[in-house]
Amino acid sequence: MGLTLADYGTMAMLFMLIVASLAMYFIRDLMHAVIVYGAYTLVMALIWLQMNTPDLAITEAAAGIGMTVMMMVVIYRTSRKEE
Amino acid sequence: MGKYLRLAFILILALLTGYGVLVTVAELPPYGADTNLTYNQVSERYINGALEDTGVPNMVTAIVLDYRAYDTMFETIVLFTAVIAVLITLKGAQEEGDRK
Amino acid sequence: MKDFVLRRVVALLLPFIQMFGIYVIMHGHTSPGGAFAGGMVVGLGVIGFSTVFGIEQGKTKMPEHVTTITESYGTLWYILMGLVGIFKGLPFLANKLAVDVGVPGELTSGGLIGLIGVGVGIRVASTMVTLFFTMMEEEA
Repeated sequence: MGLTLADYGTMAMLFMLIVASLAMYFIRDLMHAVIVYGAYTLVMALIWLQMNTPDLAITEAAAGIGMTVMMMVVIYRTSRKEE
Repeated sequence: MGKYLRLAFILILALLTGYGVLVTVAELPPYGADTNLTYNQVSERYINGALEDTGVPNMVTAIVLDYRAYDTMFETIVLFTAVIAVLITLKGAQEEGDRK
Repeated sequence: MKDFVLRRVVALLLPFIQMFGIYVIMHGHTSPGGAFAGGMVVGLGVIGFSTVFGIEQGKTKMPEHVTTITESYGTLWYILMGLVGIFKGLPFLANKLAVDVGVPGELTSGGLIGLIGVGVGIRVASTMVTLFFTMMEEEA
């Protein structure tokens, strides 16, 4: 089993995905969770590029950040603070 | 007693459904085998003839905007409907609040 | 947001983001990407601008009467492109039978696909911007 450098890079990126997903669950501040989700999307786009699918990489970067993060920011801005 | 009867009925129904699902999964073709039904002449035709049929090197665009143009058309109509629904829900509520 | 660095960076980056989005829409049939991704990038530029500079400033970039027009006529443009086939006595949305598809790889190739892609891209961009503005106004 000869693992090349690219394989280890992919493994590291997948590990970062798991860490980011867990972090999003445990972080209490909504804005910090949104920022961590942006990092998750960036790593996911890199993984798509690693798999030779630049189509999906562009869509992931645009849709992941564009739709999801922006909608989460909208929810963060418009939600009532519970005190 | 009626409660236990109902619970027993729900349990039997759930077990039957689970059995059906397991039988269906057992009947599925093996994962990734090249004799699967999804690898038929349709995808072969698209992969081999996309450039010739549409003159577009990007095969995803060729399928989305040419072979499956009807789907994309209704997709844009779905987007239109979503925007209309959001506008009616949010803007309509706002204007009603202003009128009061 | 009052941060000087953020404001200056977003104001400088906005034209480049828009240009990249328009490039992805126009070259959707010759290079990776496509109308949906490119439209999202175009909408994202305006959304990021109005997140930093405020909704009022962002609405000067894409006013409501412009998004109303692009919102409605994007879908209509698609259907009009489909009617080209009907006028030539062919099925709805016919492409190669109706028009000349040209040399693969050029910007003008692909027949109606490029034109349809432009319509879909404008449509997606205006959808995202409209949704963002409408939902942010709910704050008030």
